[in-house]
Amino acid sequence: MVFRIRRLAMASVAVASATTLVAGCASGSGGSTSGADGNTLTLWTHNAGNSAELDVVKKIIKDFNGSQDKYEVKLQAFPQTDYNSSVVAAASARKLPCLLDVDGPNVANWAWGGYLDPIDVSGSEVPLTDQLESTVGRYKDKLYAFGFYDVSLAFFSRKSVLNAYDIRIPTMDKPWTKAEFDAALAKLKKSGKFDYPLEMGTGGTGEWWSYGYSPQLQSFGGDLIDRGDHKSASGTLDGKNSVEWGKWFSSLAAKGYIAKKSAADPNPDFLAGKSAIHWDGSWNAAKNADKFGDDLAILPPVDFGDGPKIGGASWQWAMSSSCSNKEGAQAWLKFSRQNKYFVDYAKATGTLPATEAASQQVEGYEPGGKFNVLVRFAREYAQVRPVTPAYPYISTEFEKAAKDLLAGADPEEALGQAAKNIDNNLKTNDYYSG
Amino acid sequence: MLAALDRLRPVRRTRTTSARRRESLTAFGMATPAVALLLVFLVVPVALAFALAFTDARLISPTPARFVGLRNFTRLFDDPVFYKSLRNTVYFAAVVVPLQAGLALVLALLVNAKVRGVNFFRTVYFLPVVTSMVVVSLLWTFLYRQDGLVNRVISTLTFGHFDGPDWLGDPATAMPAVILMSVWQGVGFHMVIWLAGLQTIPAELYEAADLDGATRWDRFRHVTWPCLRETRTFVLVTITIAAFSLFTQIRVMTQGGPLDSTTTVVHQAVHTGYDQQQTAYAAAISLIFFVLVLAVSLIQRFLTRERD
Repeated sequence: MVFRIRRLAMASVAVASATTLVAGCASGSGGSTSGADGNTLTLWTHNAGNSAELDVVKKIIKDFNGSQDKYEVKLQAFPQTDYNSSVVAAASARKLPCLLDVDGPNVANWAWGGYLDPIDVSGSEVPLTDQLESTVGRYKDKLYAFGFYDVSLAFFSRKSVLNAYDIRIPTMDKPWTKAEFDAALAKLKKSGKFDYPLEMGTGGTGEWWSYGYSPQLQSFGGDLIDRGDHKSASGTLDGKNSVEWGKWFSSLAAKGYIAKKSAADPNPDFLAGKSAIHWDGSWNAAKNADKFGDDLAILPPVDFGDGPKIGGASWQWAMSSSCSNKEGAQAWLKFSRQNKYFVDYAKATGTLPATEAASQQVEGYEPGGKFNVLVRFAREYAQVRPVTPAYPYISTEFEKAAKDLLAGADPEEALGQAAKNIDNNLKTNDYYSG
Repeated sequence: MLAALDRLRPVRRTRTTSARRRESLTAFGMATPAVALLLVFLVVPVALAFALAFTDARLISPTPARFVGLRNFTRLFDDPVFYKSLRNTVYFAAVVVPLQAGLALVLALLVNAKVRGVNFFRTVYFLPVVTSMVVVSLLWTFLYRQDGLVNRVISTLTFGHFDGPDWLGDPATAMPAVILMSVWQGVGFHMVIWLAGLQTIPAELYEAADLDGATRWDRFRHVTWPCLRETRTFVLVTITIAAFSLFTQIRVMTQGGPLDSTTTVVHQAVHTGYDQQQTAYAAAISLIFFVLVLAVSLIQRFLTRERD
């Protein structure tokens, strides 16, 4: 009996100390490098669950591993919703992989935070200068990431619907003006055929709000932050033009032109004819064309005064700063920059190829193709989200302000509070100088 | 170390000290895993949060955290959303605590009856409790939509004379909608607690009351209620703490909107700390939350103390 009790006590102590030991190690300093075991490099991607894109990543890795004997890249895929938090957690534990992908607007934040190291891709098959500017992730004049594709925003509609209500079909030479657009929405609403004539995807969450609606803010002449020195939002985000945007955006919901909260995936509603005009990303272009054929109209954004605008920058590839085998990581990045992979990505994901050469080889996106107009939008209208480490914060504040506007908040107050919060954040972070 | 202690053990001892020693050793051994886990996962994080609240720590940052004194707190008391969070949290707790405790007691009394099929009702009332809150929240988000089931039912019952609002999209109805759902989800758990309390009441007391000619209300007022004293305190404290930490429903259903009508202290802490990367600011919010819950618990403890 005595023996048994003593053994129990000792076992408990052993378990307990083992637990603390393990916990202590995990939170301790650990190694300063990670992500590679000799010449075996780990690669993280956000593509789990998106098999089309994941297959391209797998193919590049297979080709790379087969093309030489020195390095081996190993893939780890995460679901998109958990990806960013996984990276942040890994970075705090100094366990980042060598290679990882990063959403365009986050590049500055991760570069500033020391997650990423500058990369050098000179001498690769596709030169950087061939790429759409929005697919190149630079921070403080250094290259940190590059993407194989970008996405574009557009109004999707049906020619038959627009013609039926005598609404002019806009072109890139002559996009809709604000007055024209408002009149068209009023007409469509009055017809009674559509509960909500315009579908803006207000059921989306997270980055969609900034990606989808801040270009409209910029077309009004407003912006998220003063892009001169990236040191203040007051006077810009709550300036006269921005408030005008706020009034307009809020009026869309007040007048019943858009749903305050649409379905999480609004595309089926558009395909079913529930909405007449859909503000959406190019990723749904093929689906829309399949359904409507020649009736589908891909329309340029409205010119609210400062020219039509769409957002730029999608997922890009980068190298972590803690990578223990940077030569290997650079080799993979350079290897991946082959024209055929630019083509593969665009074909698999229905996105816009980052280079002109690749566009020519993707059906529909070649000059004269039915989706080529999307490539031209990206070339002429794309404006990247502010390149500052403060961007993730700015984005959450803009999202909140936009949601409040739809719920009926006073535009001056909502945007004023957002601007004030952003200024505060910039100040308490020493303007992200570190 | 223990082995060394064993060797040092005096050869002769009285039986009682050796038994006591063994006992305390057992106690020590059994408590160790729990104490270690509590230390690692509760005490250390709480201490860290307290320390972080006075720094400028960020989730992503190239520079180490610096001590900034009370800056986070002065910012917090200047933040209009924080006051709305506080107000909403208190509002939620003030409605949910009596509502959920009362409803749970009524249900417990009902399912305590000795009739056939009572187990079926116990199971039905308890079912939402064992369902994940995230799943429940998602389902109710659909029910609450403008064209959702709730509004269909309202419309049918009133023969189409009344159309329900967009429950979660209207600042006036969002919080009541969340409250209703939360009570529905949580009431089964406290029903079981009340039920356990009810079943500890000796049947003789009821028999005696019957002999005295007590009415049903008298029996409840003078037998059931006083005998549920301990249970009452437990139910009150657990619902209060759960109500104050309202988060999951908000995160899934409204994200604090519309117009901050459903933001709560814990939701704000997670949002600022994680979504907005302001670790230290979130730690300051957590610190205030800790003080708030501690104060309320102490007051409750004082009010429900044993009066000698």
